[in-house]
Amino acid sequence: MSDIAIPVGGQAHPRASSHSKHLQHHFHNSAQQFEASKIGMWLFLVTEILLFSGLFLAYFILQTRHPQAFIEAHHHLDRSLGVLNTVVLLVSSFTMVMAVQSSALNRIKPALVYLYATFILGGVFMCVKYIEYSHKFHDGLLLGNLFSYKGASVPGEYLFFSMYFVMTGIHGIHILVGMAVIAYLIWRTHQGMYSSAYYTPIDLTGLYWHLVDMIWIFLFPLLYLVS
Amino acid sequence: MMPVTQASDYAREVDSIYMFITYFGIFFYSIIIIALGYFIHKYRRRRKNEDTPDITHNTALEVIWTVIPSIPLVVMAFWGFNTYMQARVAPADSLEIKVIAKKWAWEFTYPNGMSFGQEMHVPAGRPVKLVMISQDVIHDFFLPDFRIKADIVPSRYTQLWFQADEPGEHQVYCAEYCGRDHSNMLAKVVVDTEEQYQQWLEQKAEEAMNMPLPELGKLLYVNKGCNTCHSIDGTRIQGPSFKGIWGQTHQFSNAQPAVVDENYIRESLLQPTAKVRAGYEAIMPSFQGLLREREIQALAEYVKSLK
Amino acid sequence: MAEVLTQRTPAAVHQPEGNFLTENPGLLNWMFTVDHKRIGLMYFWTIMTMFFVGGVLALALRTELLTPKTTIVSAEVYNQLFTLHGVIMTFLVLVPVIPATLGNFVLPMMLGAKDVAFPRLNLLSYYLYVFGALLAVGAIIGGGLDTGWTFYTPYSSTISGGVSIMTMGAFVLGFSSILTGVNFIATIHKLRAPGLSWYNMPLFVWGMYATAVIQVLATPVIGITMVLLLMERLFQVGIFDASLGGDPVLFQHFFWFYSHPVVYIMILPGMACISEVIPTFSHKPIFGYKAVAWSSVGIAVVSFFVWGHHMFVSGQSEFAGAIFSFLTFVVAIPSGVKVWNWLATMYRGSISLGAPMLYAIAFLLLFGIGGLTGLFLATVAVDVHLHDTYFIVAHFHYVMMGGTLIAFFAGLHYWWPKMYGRMYNEFWAAIGCLLVFLGFNGTFIPQFIVGSRGMPRRYYNYLDQFQFLHVASTIGSYVLGIGLVIMAATLIVPLFRKRYDAPNNPWGAASLEWTVSSPPPTHNFHHVPVVTHGPYDFKAARRLEQMESHS
Repeated sequence: MSDIAIPVGGQAHPRASSHSKHLQHHFHNSAQQFEASKIGMWLFLVTEILLFSGLFLAYFILQTRHPQAFIEAHHHLDRSLGVLNTVVLLVSSFTMVMAVQSSALNRIKPALVYLYATFILGGVFMCVKYIEYSHKFHDGLLLGNLFSYKGASVPGEYLFFSMYFVMTGIHGIHILVGMAVIAYLIWRTHQGMYSSAYYTPIDLTGLYWHLVDMIWIFLFPLLYLVS
Repeated sequence: MMPVTQASDYAREVDSIYMFITYFGIFFYSIIIIALGYFIHKYRRRRKNEDTPDITHNTALEVIWTVIPSIPLVVMAFWGFNTYMQARVAPADSLEIKVIAKKWAWEFTYPNGMSFGQEMHVPAGRPVKLVMISQDVIHDFFLPDFRIKADIVPSRYTQLWFQADEPGEHQVYCAEYCGRDHSNMLAKVVVDTEEQYQQWLEQKAEEAMNMPLPELGKLLYVNKGCNTCHSIDGTRIQGPSFKGIWGQTHQFSNAQPAVVDENYIRESLLQPTAKVRAGYEAIMPSFQGLLREREIQALAEYVKSLK
Repeated sequence: MAEVLTQRTPAAVHQPEGNFLTENPGLLNWMFTVDHKRIGLMYFWTIMTMFFVGGVLALALRTELLTPKTTIVSAEVYNQLFTLHGVIMTFLVLVPVIPATLGNFVLPMMLGAKDVAFPRLNLLSYYLYVFGALLAVGAIIGGGLDTGWTFYTPYSSTISGGVSIMTMGAFVLGFSSILTGVNFIATIHKLRAPGLSWYNMPLFVWGMYATAVIQVLATPVIGITMVLLLMERLFQVGIFDASLGGDPVLFQHFFWFYSHPVVYIMILPGMACISEVIPTFSHKPIFGYKAVAWSSVGIAVVSFFVWGHHMFVSGQSEFAGAIFSFLTFVVAIPSGVKVWNWLATMYRGSISLGAPMLYAIAFLLLFGIGGLTGLFLATVAVDVHLHDTYFIVAHFHYVMMGGTLIAFFAGLHYWWPKMYGRMYNEFWAAIGCLLVFLGFNGTFIPQFIVGSRGMPRRYYNYLDQFQFLHVASTIGSYVLGIGLVIMAATLIVPLFRKRYDAPNNPWGAASLEWTVSSPPPTHNFHHVPVVTHGPYDFKAARRLEQMESHS
């Protein structure tokens, strides 16, 4: 990292006129504030990656202990719905990029449209997830002691569903949180809060959304394409 | 320095490393103390605004004081690991004793398939291999006089081996926290001569077969660790007391009331959670497969005898 | 005693019109403040409350151990007490104590910044801490919990009681810790004053940076571990339970992957304080600035690869044992290097023995023992014997209390005048330090002996042969307790004085926080400071101060 830019005529309380209204008092200028926010967001994403790494590790260890059960169990998942959701999230990543891009170019109308699109695609993902979950609930293909599926042929199949529900559950929560934040962004954009001069929240939410998307890219083959 | 009995060659080897590290530590700690004391005395601030030299670093010195102390560390690492490997691989001719750990008792099963309580007898001069498993949570077999220790994990065997120099008695501790009576989960390793050991084994086996039932029951009450949770004098420990319960009707938190008889005691031993006494927790481990019929009878007779 | 008031000239005692303590008074203004100094003080008092509770528990434990069988409490209560003591001291005291209090208070000022990068996140971090603390303490009071602070499965996943609430508490506390870490990294990268290059930063900042990196990288793993443990308890998902097809030792790997680096989250900030106090009180630049700075980073990196040394007897493979043992020796080296650097700093210095320096000297002596006894535990064959005995208990208390907390006390006495604008009584501070030092050794040296003779830890009942040493240890703990009370009183009594009597720079230090008034104004600096000299260039700092007081 390079050293910070030396601000000119540093005054303890920045005069509102010469600074953006979004500039917090302890930053010298918008660029510095933006870079700090960006560092903060990346660090947060690192913690997210580590959180999921723990889950992936647990998954791999259980899979090595019960390979047959995992193969058997994953046949209960609907691959086409999995593919559908993967496509949905990939497209939503694209709309998110466009939302960031548009606000950077100060094209607020399109940015708003793209935000709506991303929000709706997130909703579609959750709906598909809901359909999948309700099938599992119906069949009793559940985690831990809730597992009540009668047709299981290999012992330990419930371990797969334990991991399935914990991993997709935590991922789903991340999608929901992302949607909530995007809804907030939509509201603030309507109020005219963002412009090319200040769109940090949209930019950072974009980073978050891509991470959540990327985690799904790992989850999908792990859970739906066991071999 | 370490005033603990050295009961095996391995223990002596471990202590050599221990002493090596101790001398290393004393040497470097002395340097710290002497330097500290000398500097504080010699360079004490005498007057205001006293000037100090601008010494900022000295690369050669820093390299030296990083590299030189590292060399003994390498010795420790290799010596320690090599010695540890000796304790891992038991000789092929070892006497094998199976160890079961449970809250909060030990069970040692000898090659003749029998077990006789919280004292492990082993012959001197012969390697003894312990194959250990836990019935509930993680425990740890710790034999300080031999400097050995290993966790005992549920559903996986762990191993230890040792070879005692000479007859004697040695303390065993559970060294992995396992709940309320962790600190009472003790046992003894009694080292006999080869003949004494064989005699002891035969005698114990004979005793167990010929003992009158209530007496065998009394022995099992201690050997199987019933006494850690059930008193015989009416005091409440973790489980209900045995005193005067025979023939009583008991209330259960998960079943209809029942009378304490042979069948009830049999069920309590084999499926302890089928009937849980009201006011107590379902924490008793099952003894399914661990008791012969004669032993179950003996325990029932023993309970009957506790008026 | 110490020569304190080098600069106490009327000009240097700059009485500010307002300072962060008195400006915007009122409970609500404090509760919703985003000022890093106020948040630091709120953290300080909250953590000290927890430290008091944890300390009282420790004394109760020591009293129980006066006799082998029952002394004052039953085995169940004893097990809950040591669990609560461990949880409070590690998660609620040692992890946040230096970064969240001293770090929050001085780090932005050291950088010449007006606040941390994300002040609101900082406040959130504080309230998460409070919430997590309530959950943790509530778990014990409400449901009871006797797993020890390590929560090993399957014990923790099968017993009844407050384990679930406790795991949620640990999860929340993890978040609090992460937020502090994220905040410090962003602040250090982006809010340094003009002229403050990386190698011009005080070593305290380097220490905080290394700590923050570990906080960010290790804490998520304990988060997910706690989630899995919770799922295990709620739904028996089977990940850590052997009878359900899982692996109980996996929990230990997860747990120590966080909880070993966390040891360095605790000790690096301690070393950071010492690296400030020793040069200032020797009135001589730190010896080997770069070595000290980079050894912090080195420790942080290697700390992630040594967790397996907690598991030499758990049944992990011999190969893993060899690797972890070797890496543990590797991490010992940078710690040793720092000790030489501190000693070399004192060489030909001009040493004044103020209270912070006395604590720093105590730190060197105690941490020296803590570090050297660590070598026994890194050596596999010896560790097998000492693992889970009182030797371990004594060792980590020498590192955690003798290291981290004593260093915290050094830092606290060092920055106390800056925080509250008042000087404390040097004589009583010295008495407190002496009693803490003697009491601490009295408590834990007997435990080394008991442990090497084979007495396991977490034992309510013990063999009669150990009683003499346990009694000695308990007496030591009482002395330690008295020492801490004297220390607290020495610091608190001056706060009742109305007048600020602390000069801006009572110790003649050279970093930026000493250029502002004591206590500092709300926004720290009236002008963005421009750094023209190093953090340990005491001569240049003195020249500047003299120039200012003449102008």
